Amino acid sequence: MDGYLYPNEAEVQWSLLIVLYPFITGLVAGAFVVSSLYHVFNIKALKPVAGLSLLTALSFLLVAPLPLQAHLGRPERAFEIFLTPNWTSAMAGFGFIWAMYTMLVIAEVWLVFRPDIIHYAHTTTGLKRLAYRVASLGVLEMTEQGRRADERLIKVLATAGIPAACVLHGYVGFLFGSIKANPWWSTPLMPVIFLMSAIVSGISLLILTYVVVSVLRGKPIDHACVQSLARWMLGFLLVDLALEGLELLSMFYEGEDTWPAVQRLISERLMVSYVGIQAILGSLVPLAILLVLAIPGPVPGKGWLYTFRDVTATRLTALAALLVMVGVFAMRWNVVIGGQLVSKSMRGISSYTPPLGGREGVLAALVFFMLPFYIFAIVTRLIPPWDRPGPGHGEPPPQPPEPDPSPFPVTTHFGLQGSGWEQEAGE
Amino acid sequence: MDASRRRFIKLGAHAVFGGLFVYTLRGLVPPGSPSTASARGDTAYDQYRPTDHEWAFIVDSTKCIGCGRCARACKQENNVPMEPSCNRTWVERYRITREDVVLVDSPDGGINGFPSDGSSGEGGGSNSSLTRNAPAKPQARKREEEVVKSFFVPKLCNQCERPPCVQVCPVGATYKTLDGVVLVNQKRCIGCRYCIQACPYGARYLVPDAEVTPTGQKHVADKCTWCYHRITRGLLPACVEACPVGARTFGDLRDPDSAVRRILDEHRIDVLKPDLGTRPRVKYIGLDEAVV
Repeated sequence: MDGYLYPNEAEVQWSLLIVLYPFITGLVAGAFVVSSLYHVFNIKALKPVAGLSLLTALSFLLVAPLPLQAHLGRPERAFEIFLTPNWTSAMAGFGFIWAMYTMLVIAEVWLVFRPDIIHYAHTTTGLKRLAYRVASLGVLEMTEQGRRADERLIKVLATAGIPAACVLHGYVGFLFGSIKANPWWSTPLMPVIFLMSAIVSGISLLILTYVVVSVLRGKPIDHACVQSLARWMLGFLLVDLALEGLELLSMFYEGEDTWPAVQRLISERLMVSYVGIQAILGSLVPLAILLVLAIPGPVPGKGWLYTFRDVTATRLTALAALLVMVGVFAMRWNVVIGGQLVSKSMRGISSYTPPLGGREGVLAALVFFMLPFYIFAIVTRLIPPWDRPGPGHGEPPPQPPEPDPSPFPVTTHFGLQGSGWEQEAGE
Repeated sequence: MDASRRRFIKLGAHAVFGGLFVYTLRGLVPPGSPSTASARGDTAYDQYRPTDHEWAFIVDSTKCIGCGRCARACKQENNVPMEPSCNRTWVERYRITREDVVLVDSPDGGINGFPSDGSSGEGGGSNSSLTRNAPAKPQARKREEEVVKSFFVPKLCNQCERPPCVQVCPVGATYKTLDGVVLVNQKRCIGCRYCIQACPYGARYLVPDAEVTPTGQKHVADKCTWCYHRITRGLLPACVEACPVGARTFGDLRDPDSAVRRILDEHRIDVLKPDLGTRPRVKYIGLDEAVV
């Protein structure tokens, strides 16, 4: 502790679990946006991860409230948020937004995987058969008419899900951004910054999940899909960095009386986690990798600086994705913990090291973070998003043939090549 | 639309609206029950009408001598945990050196007064309760010797007219009374600590492990209530009563002859962090630029 803290500020109130919570909802929002890129915007290159992204979003979504719940002083009263919500509180919205969004994602998962569920209800036996029959809600035939209705509904849900995902995560940003007592939090940009970094982290999670799952299953990786994801990640990363940079720049330039405290926070407490991990390792390094990889050159199939082999490109993308995930986690840490280290007296700075054990310790956080992966493993065992039975299930209506599957197809539109847009435009 | 489908929708609609109805009924039941006071024959409390009062608190910073009796009285009166990080009210010491360095401290919230040897001064001025074992830097000690101006500032919940804590409480456990005091219903508080984050003045704390509030609640938010249990019975807040120099004045703005009314009419006054728009009801005389 340095300088003067108000006596009541001796403890950091929002711990590691509150760092984890926006990280998890961010992954949900990001993964869902990818699934909607496919289901709504027909970005066909993303087909291999369309089902995967939905199940990833679902797995993390189910875990999202747990760190919050565990952090409450009185967890047994958590339900009061539903019963007696105070509508002027950003936090009061959480339960409703989360519940609504969870229903939406479950409904979309069900519709997308309904043909599979019906298929398994016919092909399995015993308890499993019963489970699938229950999950099918008693409809054991897939008619052409039903399939078309499903597709329309999927489109509606996937479309509605985009603003819902934005609300789910943008709201978390608002929760911090609206605290005028805290100069490190208080900015109207916070919801957008949270959203952009959420999408970036969700895409990187999907890249990693897809690559790891493919390797584990011994299946070939669709490199075009990975490169398409890389381009989307690059685009969102650029917007994210621009906003965060602007935020810091204007704080510095305006130089209000709170700036010295913020400056001190960065230089004395966040040098490693903000400058080192978030800015350099988690943003600039992956940015450099993605800039070299994902921007197409003038010659088809070649990069603008260097042409990588597909495997190398995918490996580099996975590395960038890993760094981005680490960077976004550091960003959540820097916001949530960093903001609490500045004394509201603006005259002092405290410090925080999470305990290893205990309800809010590192181990508890690790358990909460591993939980979605277990859920993911179970869900993908029940309704695998790969090797789907039968043709054309849960897909958008037939589209013109896919574009050149090479990682750098002929287009000049940044971020859109290999994405199906060019066909749309030509129709 | 066939009949069974219509019946199903009708049933669903009934369920939804029935649920909403029950849900709103819940809001009509007042939180807590005031009947316990009546049962005890607490006539002063029974006759108290919040709409008849508008309480105000004035701190004359120029009078405070930093004895800490206010903070001590508060801890006793309100069963505030003795931990240094739990304070409903505290006293800050400001020392400004020849080189314009501002040293601020509040060892244990000032509850035991302030050491005159300057052992709590470090760097930019520290809270000694947080740096108990940290020796003062020699450089700081030197600067400290050249203190040219020194004064005390008592702090407490500002009972803001536009309280950020009330705005952010997700369950409405923190609320504003009609007489201008912000209270916490600790039977409702879920311990999320959003109010602690939102308070610009550091006036709130979470009741720590192994401690309970006077209402027997654990792990909930707590803060100064201006001794609401006393003022609603015609008594003064404990800190006001304990102050030996009259640095704290409490009274009713609705009463034209009250001391607070007179002070507000006669003095130029200040509030803390006015730019945040919280409109504090705790008014100060003799604040300094250095006070935060």
